[in-house]
Amino acid sequence: MSEQQKAQIDDVDRSMYDFKKSERGYERVSEGLTPDIVEEISAKKNEPTWMRDFRLKSLEIYNNMSVPDWGPSIDGLDMDHIVTYVKPNTDQKSDWEHVPDDIKDTFERLGIPQAERSYLAGVGAQYDSELVYHNVQDSVAGEGVVYSGIEEALHGEYADLIRSHFMHLVPPTDHKFAALHGAVWSGGSFVYVPAGVTLDFPLQSYFRLNAKGAGQFEHTLIIVEDDADLHFIEGCSAPKYNVANLHAGCVELYVGKRAHLRYSTIENWSKNMYNLNTKRAMVDEGGSIEWVSGSFGSHVSYLYPMSILKGRKSSCDFTGITFAGKGQDLDTGCKVVLAAPETSTSVQTKSLSKDGGVSTFRSGVTVTKAAEHANVSVSCQSLMLDDISRSDTIPAMDVRAEHVNVGHEASIGRIGDDMMYYLMSRGISESEASTMIVNGFANPVSKELPLEYAVEMNNLIKLEMEGAIG
Amino acid sequence: MTKANESDELLSVSHVSASAGDKMILHDVTCSVGQGQIHVLMGPNGAGKSTLGHVVMGSSAYTVNKGTIVFADKDITSAGVDARSRAGLFMSFQSPIEVPGVPLNSFLKAIVAQHDNLDLKGKRYKKRIAEIMQQLDMDPSYLNRELNVGFSGGEKKKIEMLQLLLLQPKLAILDETDSGLDVDALDVVSRAIAAYRSSCDGALLIITHNTRILRDLSIDRTHVMVNGHLVAEGSGLLVNEINHDGYGRFIAEAEADQQ
Repeated sequence: MSEQQKAQIDDVDRSMYDFKKSERGYERVSEGLTPDIVEEISAKKNEPTWMRDFRLKSLEIYNNMSVPDWGPSIDGLDMDHIVTYVKPNTDQKSDWEHVPDDIKDTFERLGIPQAERSYLAGVGAQYDSELVYHNVQDSVAGEGVVYSGIEEALHGEYADLIRSHFMHLVPPTDHKFAALHGAVWSGGSFVYVPAGVTLDFPLQSYFRLNAKGAGQFEHTLIIVEDDADLHFIEGCSAPKYNVANLHAGCVELYVGKRAHLRYSTIENWSKNMYNLNTKRAMVDEGGSIEWVSGSFGSHVSYLYPMSILKGRKSSCDFTGITFAGKGQDLDTGCKVVLAAPETSTSVQTKSLSKDGGVSTFRSGVTVTKAAEHANVSVSCQSLMLDDISRSDTIPAMDVRAEHVNVGHEASIGRIGDDMMYYLMSRGISESEASTMIVNGFANPVSKELPLEYAVEMNNLIKLEMEGAIG
Repeated sequence: MTKANESDELLSVSHVSASAGDKMILHDVTCSVGQGQIHVLMGPNGAGKSTLGHVVMGSSAYTVNKGTIVFADKDITSAGVDARSRAGLFMSFQSPIEVPGVPLNSFLKAIVAQHDNLDLKGKRYKKRIAEIMQQLDMDPSYLNRELNVGFSGGEKKKIEMLQLLLLQPKLAILDETDSGLDVDALDVVSRAIAAYRSSCDGALLIITHNTRILRDLSIDRTHVMVNGHLVAEGSGLLVNEINHDGYGRFIAEAEADQQ
């Protein structure tokens, strides 16, 4: 294949995510971060006083904290130039027909309404700072499942529940960008699954950041009551700009006794994005949280979904893949706290780097004194696709309990010449052979995803690989 | 079975010298294989037999310093490995490589798609795979397993034979396909070779220590390699002689030559 053909294919495929829409008629707050801006956002939302106070308090905390000094550089992120709130010229709808054409077109190009029709129980779609669409199947709602914008839920019958859970798992004091989130958060979904209810199909929220130089700070709060079961999918993307964009979302998940929550993410932010996202789950007795996490986009990522196993026999499965290409420094991994007897966790991650990309796997597993007979297994594999890329693994373990079973393995490698030779000796071209090897490497993660998302992930890998060869 | 004319050359290796890093392995090697012929390459351990196979296949582990390789009327000396395969060359690996996460079935579909000469789309592909797997006593569930991962030595060789029968190359180099196999697995390999011959009358270059798989084959030429030199060439009868007397004579001659 000639160089030119490759470039064309690359361009066509990129357009799936990389297209911009006009912001005419949108409301934008001024750049930067001041108490006035925070009050302005709060006023626009007509929210309870406690929330306005919470925002202002968070801003104070933000101003008193320093940026992390242990990860990838975020020097390119200047908060004085980030617009923290952009409201599209529409309210939230529950029928795609009522969503303005260019926004509807955006989500159609991303395949969201189509996915909703064929295999989702409900969809939320956020555009810049506000949700533009939220809908859940009647049959699901009929079982008492709530899936709505979190802000609308602040005014309804779940207001108290939200107040007693909002930023309790991830307090604004957690780190500087959690504080930022507390100050300027906007949009995001609220899910409540009553005890004993099992959703047969996933819910999906999709976050699209279209506005140049803006930040997106959605808050996702999910409560899965005892013996309930939910699969939640989160997707996100943005067009590429030559200025920094910021994503500092927050996800809080509460998993009840014997309940099960699977939280899947395919993140494909554009490569000017600073992705400083915080996700945390707390799991009760016998409950389980499963994370499936694909990180492909962003310029810089700090992402370590955390699971607190507080109930006896609760468990956490984490399956993640990170692919860092040119100009990307992706610091990803997970944290697990095993805080009760017989808790268990299994972590399996794959990281890839190419064209000078840096992919760092960072994990922290803590087994508290209470967690006797806990089981821990961590496996991380890295694959570097050329000599100029980097992969690091920084696994930390802090084990304080007796009778604990701990396993850890890590490997860092390159695409083997012998594998390439074997595949090519059967007629497969060089680029196809390396894509095949990389897809094979990613397979343990993609097979955890619903088919449609596995296809999307394989396409993302293919896209990265086409840029890599030739 | 129709035998091709002696002059009807398929593979012609002329004065090839090759090295791995600083180490010279092949010295001025010349040999040729005609269409549909069966050749055997024998020699003591470390003589460079497998290297010759890999050099013909185009492995980047070796550098061809001198000489040319012509296959099916094309100079392939500097052709890519994949192009050689598409031109009709096949090599069964002594130790087939494991490729984690790639299901055997997807791999087979991918390789079939690379070979224009094969008419194996959709149902025909499925039918052909089922046919071959039955011929080779292979469990169809193997198709869902990862390519060569966790298979025994014998099973890996069966997967090589499966590909041989699927691709029907003009020339198959079998690099010690029979080594380390039990009697049953050897039978399967022998059956695969017979099926390959009868389905497309493809040529063979068999690198072996073992004469069991040669028993039922009518061998056209035997080549003997010692220390990277082809030191003798003869009819199929040479196999029996080596079988009986070993390589002593050839090694002595080679040493005498070098002095």
